[in-house]
Amino acid sequence: MRHVSLIVALAAFWVLLSGVFTPFLLAAGLGSVFAVVWFADRRMKVLDVEGHPSHLSVRALTYWPWLLWEIVKSGWDVTKRILHPRLPISPCLVRVPTSQQTNVGRVIYANSITLTPGTISLELTEGEILVHALTREGAEGLATGDMDRRATAFEAAL
Amino acid sequence: MSLAADILGWAFILAGSFFTVVGAFGLIRMPDLYTRLHASGVLDPFGVSLILIGLMFQAGFTLVTVKLAFLVLLLLFTSPVACHALARAALHREVKPLLDDERSSSSKR
Repeated sequence: MRHVSLIVALAAFWVLLSGVFTPFLLAAGLGSVFAVVWFADRRMKVLDVEGHPSHLSVRALTYWPWLLWEIVKSGWDVTKRILHPRLPISPCLVRVPTSQQTNVGRVIYANSITLTPGTISLELTEGEILVHALTREGAEGLATGDMDRRATAFEAAL
Repeated sequence: MSLAADILGWAFILAGSFFTVVGAFGLIRMPDLYTRLHASGVLDPFGVSLILIGLMFQAGFTLVTVKLAFLVLLLLFTSPVACHALARAALHREVKPLLDDERSSSSKR
């Protein structure tokens, strides 16, 4: 299944990037696709649940828009603080518990934290993430665990 | 191209430029490495993504738009990793983050 998914994804990637449909280029693309799939699977051994998490692709349609809206909201907040004459920041370190079961899920959560302006994940350990927050409000927003729950639901789409 | 798409595209490009400039401004104003990372490492990809979305509206339904979409995805996947790597490296080299309680006690408030 994962092979088919990677072949389709790579073929679509080739066609969309080239946009040229001569027989030679299509054949070259097909050859490249199979070479890459063979190399990823047999030599690098990365064609697994971490290297190509194709099972997550459907859930991404609900998680990503939510995450984008969070990025817009907190991005605007950080922008206002930077432009504020008195620079009203209150940097702090917090430990946020994680409820994800797999490494992919933890990486999704940690990257979502970093991607959201105002919070950066500093260190990822078993069961918790050390987060540097630009403001106390940002740290408190993370402490509600909303993003944690959504990342876990995203990961559970296995 | 229709006028609406043109205006929408320019709105995205201008908004993206605004956030990128603010990110650079924050890089100068922030007090230490970690807070500067908040301004540059996180606000910049946000601004650049907005610029790329604006360019997609300018390009219309062409393969260029698809390539720009790939760029946005690449940016959103890699920039948090780079940002995290930088912050973690600083933490492991024991760069002490400036915290709020120290800041308020050192200033006269």
